[in-house]
Amino acid sequence: MREYAVLGAFLLVGIVLPAAVVIGGWLLGPKRANPVKNSTYECGLETVGETWIQFKVQYYVYALIFVIFDIEVVYLYPWAVAYNRLGLFALVEALIFAGILVAGLFYAWRKGALAWF
Amino acid sequence: MTLEQGIFILASLLMLGSALAMVTARSMFVAALWMIGTFAGVAVLFILLNAGFLGIVQILIYIGAIAVLILFAIMLTPDVMGLKPGPRYTGQWPLAAVMASTLAAVIVLLLVRAGNDWHIADAAPNVTDFAVQLGEAFMTTYLLPFEVASGVLLVALIGALVIVRDE
Repeated sequence: MREYAVLGAFLLVGIVLPAAVVIGGWLLGPKRANPVKNSTYECGLETVGETWIQFKVQYYVYALIFVIFDIEVVYLYPWAVAYNRLGLFALVEALIFAGILVAGLFYAWRKGALAWF
Repeated sequence: MTLEQGIFILASLLMLGSALAMVTARSMFVAALWMIGTFAGVAVLFILLNAGFLGIVQILIYIGAIAVLILFAIMLTPDVMGLKPGPRYTGQWPLAAVMASTLAAVIVLLLVRAGNDWHIADAAPNVTDFAVQLGEAFMTTYLLPFEVASGVLLVALIGALVIVRDE
């Protein structure tokens, strides 16, 4: 459990530091609002349209493919950290594992799931 | 009260509070964001139960991928986006109350029957050592399930794409 102390400290700093910046700015900054100041800031560009719009279906397809390869990472991580203890056999097995999924990516690509239109 | 107990109480409060906020949120998008809080609490519980690898997987898969997928699914739904937040209660709430009460009754029954007979995992090796052991197990004893998992993921990918492309 002790190994998570660093993680806990990191989490604490990650919460406290942004909160301190936001609260500090709110406390110290002058508050003289006008319509331009209250408008949405987006990279210095004028915002277009509403905030709550329906997104393109491509985002969903990308997210689906991402979920699959995210799970692949979980399977390959134990293999990667044990790599030095394992032989060539394990490398071949991992390549087969990844190869099967690359076939899936190839399928998605050929079906146009990766196209943006 | 030990440090572990304090962390457990904080994580439980995070989970229960997020779950309550999720089911009472009037916007589906906000509900999905609260769900992430519950996922984070579950990750802390995994770590407290000496299952650190599962805790990291919980963050990587459930917060990093599943929650994003659900948020995208909501953002794709025209009936949800662009509308005013829906009602807090619908006609389904009596049925939902019956289901939730039944589940709660089953859990309480199991807790009572278990009594003091609780087991948690022995002090686990640290996450990296555990991952090394897991990797060796994948490449020896559990090689076939490891490769079959790849096939399952492939089927899931192709199946999902077929369903999405048809619509």
